Amino acid sequence: MQTKRTTFESRWLPYALLAPQVIITLIFFIWPAGQALYQSLLRQDIFGLRTTFVGLANFERLLADPLYLNSMKVTFVFAVGTTLLSMSLALLFAVMVNNMIRSRDGYSTLLVWPYAVAPAIAGVLWWFIFNPSIGILPYMLDMVGYDWNHRRSGTDAMILVIIAAAWKQISYNFIFFLAGLQSVPHSLVEAAAIDGASRTKRFWTIVFPLLSPITFFLMVVNIVYAMFDTFGIIHATTEGGPAQATNILVYKVFRDGFIGLNLGSSAAQSVILMAIVIVLTVIQFRYIERRVNY
Amino acid sequence: MVENRPLGNLVSHVVLIIGVAIIVFPIYVAIIASTHPPGTFIRGVMPLLPGPNAIENYRIALTEGRSRAGTPPISLMLTNSLIMALAITIGKLAISIISAFAIVYFRFPFRIFFFWIIFLTLMLPVEVRIVPTFQVVADLGMLNSFAGLSIPLIASATATFLFRQFFMTVPEELMEAARVDGAGPMKFFRDILLPLSITNIAALFVIMFIYGWNQYLWPLLITTDPEYYTIVMGIQRMVTGGDSEPLWHLVMATVVMAALPPVLVILFMQRLFVKGLTETEK
Repeated sequence: MQTKRTTFESRWLPYALLAPQVIITLIFFIWPAGQALYQSLLRQDIFGLRTTFVGLANFERLLADPLYLNSMKVTFVFAVGTTLLSMSLALLFAVMVNNMIRSRDGYSTLLVWPYAVAPAIAGVLWWFIFNPSIGILPYMLDMVGYDWNHRRSGTDAMILVIIAAAWKQISYNFIFFLAGLQSVPHSLVEAAAIDGASRTKRFWTIVFPLLSPITFFLMVVNIVYAMFDTFGIIHATTEGGPAQATNILVYKVFRDGFIGLNLGSSAAQSVILMAIVIVLTVIQFRYIERRVNY
Repeated sequence: MVENRPLGNLVSHVVLIIGVAIIVFPIYVAIIASTHPPGTFIRGVMPLLPGPNAIENYRIALTEGRSRAGTPPISLMLTNSLIMALAITIGKLAISIISAFAIVYFRFPFRIFFFWIIFLTLMLPVEVRIVPTFQVVADLGMLNSFAGLSIPLIASATATFLFRQFFMTVPEELMEAARVDGAGPMKFFRDILLPLSITNIAALFVIMFIYGWNQYLWPLLITTDPEYYTIVMGIQRMVTGGDSEPLWHLVMATVVMAALPPVLVILFMQRLFVKGLTETEK
């Protein structure tokens, strides 16, 4: 790793400058992560009096637990649904805004602000709109003969949280897609137009392939977002229900650890989640390295 | 623009207007709901036009809250959120810029080792190590305090990276000139590097402020005393706090007040926000 060609000389100053960051990281990141690893190998009895070393038994039990497997499936559906919905709408909006000349900034402003809304608040907003007794959307769905009730129907609840999560993420994807579209060389698009390619054809054969690195990057970011940053949406609205239908992995870690007080199992779940984050982060960084040579 | 096609442009406008309507709709409904008297929400469908009770609702929410369900007035929660968000933002910026300075401008043993320790924080979001982190904070006696709300969240790999990338682009000659003139490292940092970094600091400030303001799980866990509730987590207490239907008019007034500060920050600093967002993720 590089430094400057010439550097300052000091025996203690660099350590002093690094100290606050490193101390906080050690106390609040590395130590708890180590604890999670350690606790995932232990099991406490119900009264918390005796702790025994059980090796990988927590993991074995977890991976055989239908509730945990269900939670994995739910997380998968939720992450894929949120990613697809928010990325496709964001791409559509970005392409349209990129066609504009005078109104580009105006539309952009109106589309980017939901980034600032906390996930929990996004959840509550859509929870209100979808409220089975007074919400406007269930009222309209009722007119076409669909009985919306996210308190009873797991599918309805899943749709609700996907919409809330995707709504908040559109602005993020929009900003990146718009930046990507603006860096597509004009000459390529013009050459294709002279050769008689229609707008649609130009988009799918020239612009979209050039966007593929950004699309891939956004896919990873969106999956990370859906898996780890959406705790607030679930907690403030469905609380994992009905009947575990929206019990995503991060919510389950919290519930088993703080409400179920099953520390061994919660720690094992933490370790699995950390492994997932590490894999996703590595993929994301591999992509950044590759993009340099693109 | 390759060709001029009025019809195509019209279609674009229609799609965008529908899109903007969908994006704005939830917050519009919230603003409308916050202007109605409580009776509106007992039956029927939610209103789509403003009601007469705006001032009354916001007054109650700001000064009284829902004491029965144990949520303090919004004014207190807003202050708490502001303190927490600012503490996290300033803390992150301060410790990141000095660690990036150390990593770029000094050569010392274990430099790469420290860099990796900082890098690891990227991989450990609070949600995945929630129980042990809570135990550490409890053992340190930091529950129900602003220190507990902010300090565990101020380590930042992204900010450190961004400052490192930026410092690498600062011309070598500046530092050589400063050394020739006899400036020590801290004088160079204060008088040359810091003024050069102002735009980057401002862009990161926007991103970090939103991150800090929107913290949810962490305040939820470590505050049991309503004196320290922040507004984003307070909303959850309001929705689930009572045993009946939530008092929608007050909940929505709170939602509007909770979303307003970060949204205003984005609207007024859009250019910095986009810069901060696209550069931290690179």
